[in-house]
Amino acid sequence: MALVDVRGVSKRFGGLTAVSDVDLTVNAGEVHCLIGPNGAGKSTLFKLIVGLYPPTSGSILFDSTDITTERPFARVQRGMSIKMQAPSVFKELPVRQNIQIALQERLSGAECAAEEERLLTLLNLAEDSGKLAGALSHGQQQWLEIGMALALQPQLLLLDEPTAGMSPEETYKTGELIKSFNAEGMTVLVVEHDMAFVRQVAQRVTVLHLGKIFARGSLEAILEDEKVAEIYLGKTHAH
Amino acid sequence: MLKLLDGPQTLGRGKIFWSCFLAVLAGALIYPLFADSYDVGNFAYFLIWIFMALGLCLMWGYGGMLSFGQTFFFGIAGYGYGVLAINMGGGTATVAALVLSVVIAMIAAGILGYFMIWGGISGIFFGIVTLSATLVLAFFLGQTAGPEWHIGPARLNGFNGMKGMDPLTVGSFDIEGSALYYLMIALIVIVYIALRMLVNSSVGNVIVATRENPQRAEMLGYDVRKYQLLTFVIGSGLAGLSGALYTSWGQFITPSSIGLPAAAMPIVWVAFSGRNDLTATLVGSFLLLFGFQTITVYSQQAALVLMGVLLLATVMLAPQGFVLGIGKLVVDWWTRRRRRDEGPALADTGRLQSDET
Repeated sequence: MALVDVRGVSKRFGGLTAVSDVDLTVNAGEVHCLIGPNGAGKSTLFKLIVGLYPPTSGSILFDSTDITTERPFARVQRGMSIKMQAPSVFKELPVRQNIQIALQERLSGAECAAEEERLLTLLNLAEDSGKLAGALSHGQQQWLEIGMALALQPQLLLLDEPTAGMSPEETYKTGELIKSFNAEGMTVLVVEHDMAFVRQVAQRVTVLHLGKIFARGSLEAILEDEKVAEIYLGKTHAH
Repeated sequence: MLKLLDGPQTLGRGKIFWSCFLAVLAGALIYPLFADSYDVGNFAYFLIWIFMALGLCLMWGYGGMLSFGQTFFFGIAGYGYGVLAINMGGGTATVAALVLSVVIAMIAAGILGYFMIWGGISGIFFGIVTLSATLVLAFFLGQTAGPEWHIGPARLNGFNGMKGMDPLTVGSFDIEGSALYYLMIALIVIVYIALRMLVNSSVGNVIVATRENPQRAEMLGYDVRKYQLLTFVIGSGLAGLSGALYTSWGQFITPSSIGLPAAAMPIVWVAFSGRNDLTATLVGSFLLLFGFQTITVYSQQAALVLMGVLLLATVMLAPQGFVLGIGKLVVDWWTRRRRRDEGPALADTGRLQSDET
């Protein structure tokens, strides 16, 4: 069953067509990776899905409801949760308060405090919970933002380059974390450059090129596709 | 509920802070017993402006919206009180006039805020639009000297000012002098406590989050526009409260209390005090108003120049505000001292022994 259904979506910025007539389906319960070279339109498509850009044409459905004109907060209230490419946290507020703000709509009192502790421990941020979020390292800020996204317990987790700036160990751990949440039923859509990470988490992959869908299918099929391997991934990745 | 008084969004907390708060409050309550009525009246006058400063602190310091419109809403409620008090016949109706004039200011804030916030106006443009609204109102009221400009028997009177309204009255008792002073103290305590609870609540969390990163706040499921509008309406309503009380106090209001020099004053008070903290704003604004009034007795020009110098000094030397900066220094000093004093005791209880082994 399709949780996200992108139908014939295009986005033009003046004379530049960043996304052209794209159809994309993200099924409930899968980890779907969106890959492609720089300028392929991945981040634009991501922003169209989360509602930061209105599409020039086409429609976007979430759980069979047309959300094309809805603002991001309304999409989040429907069950989406978003982590942007650059760390987007409340830098002048303590780490714990960042998590609190993400949790407070869903939980209160002792339940909220317990979930705060659980998330901070899960993200290795318990010791730094009193620090200002802006004082964390880049990788820690990425973790914090992932934690804020997870705090919403979404149906669909949208991650735009979640491992940018992370060490290989942190990247691997992030992948395992995503897989564990997916095992509990969470659907995940990831935009990512790091092919090792894509291999670790992806169940289905869509390749974008020049704003259009270039290929799609299982990870194995994409890795075996010579055109994709030669043009986008490099042969060393494919074999 | 009470734990909201000591939340993370306010600097002063704990037993020592609240003991100082009660001591200052007790001092304020007994002050009229030792001061002459002129000084008490002057103090009541300073306190009238505190609401406007607290409202701006909420909008600017907590909500990230720099509004130059505090005197716009001050003027709407100030003139509103005059028009209503005159038309309703004075007496106890002045209490209703006060409440209604503040409600009118809040409705005006709701309308202006809706168009600005839903229209995507933010940052410096928020200041420009609110300043424009303020200047339009000041110019408009300035040209209402003719007899055709009246609402019922209430004449607006242009730059000559509107007059003839009764002071706040309950029954046959005029709330003036010491009574007005005590009313001001009670209102300030209520507003200060209510604002502390607001900024430390879950709503306050979102207000601060919106200041820090509106896009992230929206992507956590919050319609940040509603929180911004709420902040703007409350902050502007407090400016309205100042305006209505001002007209009631002086039984007089002119467009000059709305225009550019007046509109800049709340910015100076809050910037100097420390926009990110209600207590700093409360203390700093009172000190500045007291100083301004004292200097004005000798030279109004000198007082205005001093305000300008203070604003420049704040921007260049203490962008977070002088009073807040001093407050933080005191808190840091106190914390360090407590740690030093408690050090041996902590070691005795074994809490530091684990570090040594």
